[in-house]
Amino acid sequence: MSGASKRSALPGFGLTMGLTLTWLSLLILIPLAGLFVKTTELSLSQFIGTVTSPRTLHALKLSFGLAFAAALVNLVAGLVIVWALVRYRFPGRRIFDAIVDIPFALPTAVAGVALTALFAQKGWLGEPLAAIGIKVAFTPLGIFVAMIFIGIPFVVRTVQPVLIDLDAELEEAAACLGASRWQTVTRVILPSLTPAILTGFALAFARAVGEYGSVIFIAGNLPNVSEIAPLLIVIRLSEFRYADATAIAIVMLLTAFLIIFVLNRLQRWAQTRALAIS
Amino acid sequence: MTLTVATTTEQLPAAARPAHAARRDPRAEPWLVRAFIIGFAVLFLSLFVVLPLLLVFSSALSKGIGFYLAALNDPEAWAAIRLTLITAVISVGLNLVFGVAAAWAIAKFEFRGKTFLVTLIDLPFSVSPVISGLVFVLLFGAQGFFGPWLMAHDIHILFAMPAIVLATTFVTFPFVARELIPLMQEQGSLEEEAAISLGASGWRTFWLVTLPNIKWGLLYGVLLCNARAMGEFGAVSVVSGHIRGETNTMPLLVEILYNEYQTVGAFAIASLLALLALITLIAKTVLEGQIVEGQQSRDD
Repeated sequence: MSGASKRSALPGFGLTMGLTLTWLSLLILIPLAGLFVKTTELSLSQFIGTVTSPRTLHALKLSFGLAFAAALVNLVAGLVIVWALVRYRFPGRRIFDAIVDIPFALPTAVAGVALTALFAQKGWLGEPLAAIGIKVAFTPLGIFVAMIFIGIPFVVRTVQPVLIDLDAELEEAAACLGASRWQTVTRVILPSLTPAILTGFALAFARAVGEYGSVIFIAGNLPNVSEIAPLLIVIRLSEFRYADATAIAIVMLLTAFLIIFVLNRLQRWAQTRALAIS
Repeated sequence: MTLTVATTTEQLPAAARPAHAARRDPRAEPWLVRAFIIGFAVLFLSLFVVLPLLLVFSSALSKGIGFYLAALNDPEAWAAIRLTLITAVISVGLNLVFGVAAAWAIAKFEFRGKTFLVTLIDLPFSVSPVISGLVFVLLFGAQGFFGPWLMAHDIHILFAMPAIVLATTFVTFPFVARELIPLMQEQGSLEEEAAISLGASGWRTFWLVTLPNIKWGLLYGVLLCNARAMGEFGAVSVVSGHIRGETNTMPLLVEILYNEYQTVGAFAIASLLALLALITLIAKTVLEGQIVEGQQSRDD
């Protein structure tokens, strides 16, 4: 960190940087490093045995699979919502715009009990859904619903500023050159939005994979059926099987980072492509 | 019904001038598509977001306001509210100091590895709350790295307030820094450099020049940080130990009451947290206006 710029005439680099690095190391980096140290208590075969046991594998597949599907729903729904909020005027638009942030602001436990009561057998939505034979609460479908709920803000909030700033002339030019509205939207607008869409998707996905509070109430938590990976970590901890809990955590962390890394790459690729178009 | 009215009135000018009907706005979709998009957005947000929120308040008040107030005026509820407030004050305070320091170092100076540092600061956002709690169990738990030493010296960190504060601080770590870094980068350091060259000390420059410029952004970060600190569930749940009347924060008490079928009690506490979320959102909307205005007046 000795490479501080000589150009800046301002004081305080040493103090603020020192404070930042100390605090970051003590609170975030050292505790996270402890995670990796702890797994070394397991031999490689024990580690593989832990993370490939049927129960763990099922929990990981459930968490990642449903999070991916929920993020996809958020992507599509988010695009429609952001289009309505940015391009159209309708009564209550500003209120609905503010409402988008509620899943982000509402404590997850509150969201969890509310969604469970909503979709339970006698709930406002659970009862009509049960009448047509769909059971949501205490099934994997319930986990899916909770993950959709917490992911709503991400795609909307990442795409919104880009759509607002999008050059109107680009669309008009496309229309003048004879493109249909559908062609303009899919060939001109969507490519410009793709980097933001991917960012929003990655954020929603990462959030849903690790989500605990809003999911565990509605999940039912049956091993091998509706047990998510974060819950399995909690269960292993309560059994004092710390190393097992840590092994699951490591797999979750590394997989999540890998997926986010790939999405980041994709996003960069889309960005250069979007620039080439405009 | 109101939706169709709104869309048709927007169509009116075009319909009123049939001669120019062909010259429709090239950026507009057919009204049917438009109605469908608006309808979907409104329906989706109403079902997934508005209904759960309404349900919290309706369940909390389902047995009348007297029952609601009685559920809140309970020693366990008070203990949870107290613990939540203390935890939030400490965590937000720590992250406020850190956030300002980090933003100063990152926004005002050039150094190698800056992008990497920003990524590290954002790290807690991509870590599951459960894992954020787990790391402190590994450090301070009975089988943890410092567990035996702490036990020998009778120091309680895990399953007590210190771990709750630590886990909350971990989870809310990026909020303030994240708001301030882009804001301070955009503002540059010309004003501060002028103050320094006129002989002001670093502290004086910070208090009199930087702070007034970043106050709304700072407040915005603190607001979001506080909302998350008071509402954190996963991380706190792992380190709290759920000792009744002692280590239960408000979100944890919601869980316990709900699992004991004390629905009104659970939703009464939940309604307080939902109210906090609503107030946060309203304050956030107001602050966003202030930040934009502040930027504009600086640009003039």
